[in-house]
Amino acid sequence: MAKLKGRGYASVNYPTGMNLGGDPSQALIHSTTTGTFVVSLSSVDLGQGLKTVVAQCAAEVLGLPFENILIDTADTDTGPHCMGTFASRGTHRVGNAVIMAAAEAREVMLAVAADELEVDPGDLETDGTGFIAVKGAEEKRIHITDLALAAHFKHGRTISGRGIFLKEQSTVVPETGEMDPDSCQAHACTVAVVEVDDETGVVEVLEMHNAYEIGRALNPAMVTQQVEGGAWMGMSHALFEATEPYYPARDHGPADFTEYLMPGPADIARQYSVILERPADNGPFGAKGIGEMTANAPIPAIANAIFDACGVRVETMPFTPERVLRDLDALKGTT
Amino acid sequence: MTGYKVIGSAVQRSDALGHVTGRTEFFEDLNPPGLLHLKMARSERHHARLAGIDTSEAEKTKGVVRILTADDIPNNLFTPLKLIGVEPDDEPILAEGTVRYRGEPICAVIAETEAAAYEGAAKVVVDYEDLPAVFDVEEALREGAPIVNEHQRTNFFTYEGHHCRRIRFGDVEQAFAQADHVFEWRYQSAPIEHAPTETTGCIVVPQADGRLRIHSDTQACFFTLDNTALILGTPFNKLRIVGGTVGGGFGGKVDVVVEPVSCVAAMLTGRPVKFVYNRREEMQVSSPRAAERIIIKDAVMSGGRITGRQVTLYVDSGAYARHSPYGTTKAAAHLPGPYAIPNVWADCHCVFTNRTPSSAMRGFGVTIADFALESQMDRIARALDMDPLQLRLINAYRDGDLTAHRKPAEGTALIEVIQKAAEMVGHDLPAEFQEMSSWQS
Repeated sequence: MAKLKGRGYASVNYPTGMNLGGDPSQALIHSTTTGTFVVSLSSVDLGQGLKTVVAQCAAEVLGLPFENILIDTADTDTGPHCMGTFASRGTHRVGNAVIMAAAEAREVMLAVAADELEVDPGDLETDGTGFIAVKGAEEKRIHITDLALAAHFKHGRTISGRGIFLKEQSTVVPETGEMDPDSCQAHACTVAVVEVDDETGVVEVLEMHNAYEIGRALNPAMVTQQVEGGAWMGMSHALFEATEPYYPARDHGPADFTEYLMPGPADIARQYSVILERPADNGPFGAKGIGEMTANAPIPAIANAIFDACGVRVETMPFTPERVLRDLDALKGTT
Repeated sequence: MTGYKVIGSAVQRSDALGHVTGRTEFFEDLNPPGLLHLKMARSERHHARLAGIDTSEAEKTKGVVRILTADDIPNNLFTPLKLIGVEPDDEPILAEGTVRYRGEPICAVIAETEAAAYEGAAKVVVDYEDLPAVFDVEEALREGAPIVNEHQRTNFFTYEGHHCRRIRFGDVEQAFAQADHVFEWRYQSAPIEHAPTETTGCIVVPQADGRLRIHSDTQACFFTLDNTALILGTPFNKLRIVGGTVGGGFGGKVDVVVEPVSCVAAMLTGRPVKFVYNRREEMQVSSPRAAERIIIKDAVMSGGRITGRQVTLYVDSGAYARHSPYGTTKAAAHLPGPYAIPNVWADCHCVFTNRTPSSAMRGFGVTIADFALESQMDRIARALDMDPLQLRLINAYRDGDLTAHRKPAEGTALIEVIQKAAEMVGHDLPAEFQEMSSWQS
């Protein structure tokens, strides 16, 4: 009886953006008289951080502090259309729409500042602190709060912008499958290190090494959160989860988390994650998106590590102790 | 250096503090006066004719206000992909004449309390006449198999006259004939639950002006609005969706399932109505990730070059289509994986069986395919006694390669992530492999 250690690899690509396109999202942005910019959307933040990354996009384009951006979203009476949060489309679609809206608002912001400072708009710059200043004469400047008040009460201007992103819908040639399905391809390679208990069939994942290329990482901490959370989910899919554990039989369906098991704190592997950046031409600041793909590579990496450890080739998910043990017994000829 | 000030910085996630301190408000934190609760009486059979539905005892239950059946729903068919031109609509909101999976909703019981709604639902008496059921995708496709869904007419979704979504690129038969090795293996998965912390649900609040305000944890507000309006037969602007804060989605909150029936309940009672799945419903009734069966046959030369790949995919859509026809096309587009293979043939079947309909889940069409594709790569490497990373690098796609769906690849970086992963674990690659690049041919 022994614990057998093995290492497995998997490398994958992932298509971001709704398959075949035709999925627009809009953004509207305006400055209140406080100099705070409200980004109006109808997009949904599932907890992955969409509101945060699109606020970063708006702040970057406007040249203002992140704190000057408010996201007002997900009310269909007030937010413009968004197709939804799925298909790794949120960052890509909504990010692009917000950039377009913020660019239009920035143009107005600089035009009003130019009037206020009596200079040419082309001579103005932003430095991310909240001031709009004359290039080369930084003492000649105005803060966005003062500018927003002046725009409203003195110049009668709205500092606002509109944005939309649409990838035109592609149709599939039914004979050949010719199509334009994706907006970007992101990439990952995962190495899993596992230990297989040859007495119980239990597989323990010890380490996961994740190398990802996702275009620009708009927020590296949230990218890492997606990579590590997704690796946990992939590990859970690989070893634990099924609503019909003896598929295609409909029996033994779990009804709660005491029957539908997922890895707990003691099951979690050590994770090492590295992000490579190859910015995409059509992504917001080059981002491709990393919504969905992170659960994928861990599953075959674990399957391949199990083979490396003990010679069992798991062909059916999940790789439960029962399945691993039956295959181990078959290998040893002890069934 | 990018010169960016906010992009690329680790700004704290805007909802993090609210989530960890319990201050984030979710739709269930709303408690409008006069709130009613909706619970479903569900099919206990896999496939049956409904000979009779007796709600008389249920109606007498203390606290039960009203019971809805199919007759109460204005347009009693879900319309998941109608607005992007994919039809037929094939799934009733409440069962009409037939149930096609265990757990299918039959009657909606509306009551003053959750307990009364459950009690009422338990007292609905359904007279079933069992019909033959089919659970295995390949059995479902055999001649003479019981038809799961009459709206679809066959047990497969029809793609522009074809029985499956096809990829035809090059000539795989010739590749097999000329290959040094042909490897064929088979892979299988089971349905997987999204397991969100917050289950699927909504609260519908009738407004003084006759509109309905729908508080929902949907992943797609306008998609929910549009589909609900089509089912209710109301103008789109009669509805307002308020959402945007979701306790985990993973694709499970893309189907528009709870809102339409809750709106009908609110319209007929004139009171706010809440319908939220319990954990059992979330796990057994809410659409899971599809079970998939994948058979991959590869033509391989002795140096490791893969010259042909044939993939047969069966996606178990369950009793209804939901988003599975879309997911199956996405799966086809993903084949043969991130490799430049000159001859590719794929038949991707979207198959109907008598089980809970599957639908979107994180990595839709791709996750299980990657399990199969990357297991296949490992097995080929083992069979040829090759380094598994070198096998992948030899076959990796690069910028400019024509994919099997005939789109030139761009922005590729498979080679780079493999090289990086090798470096991370101290896996030595010979110089020629370390020097490879995705953007040089």
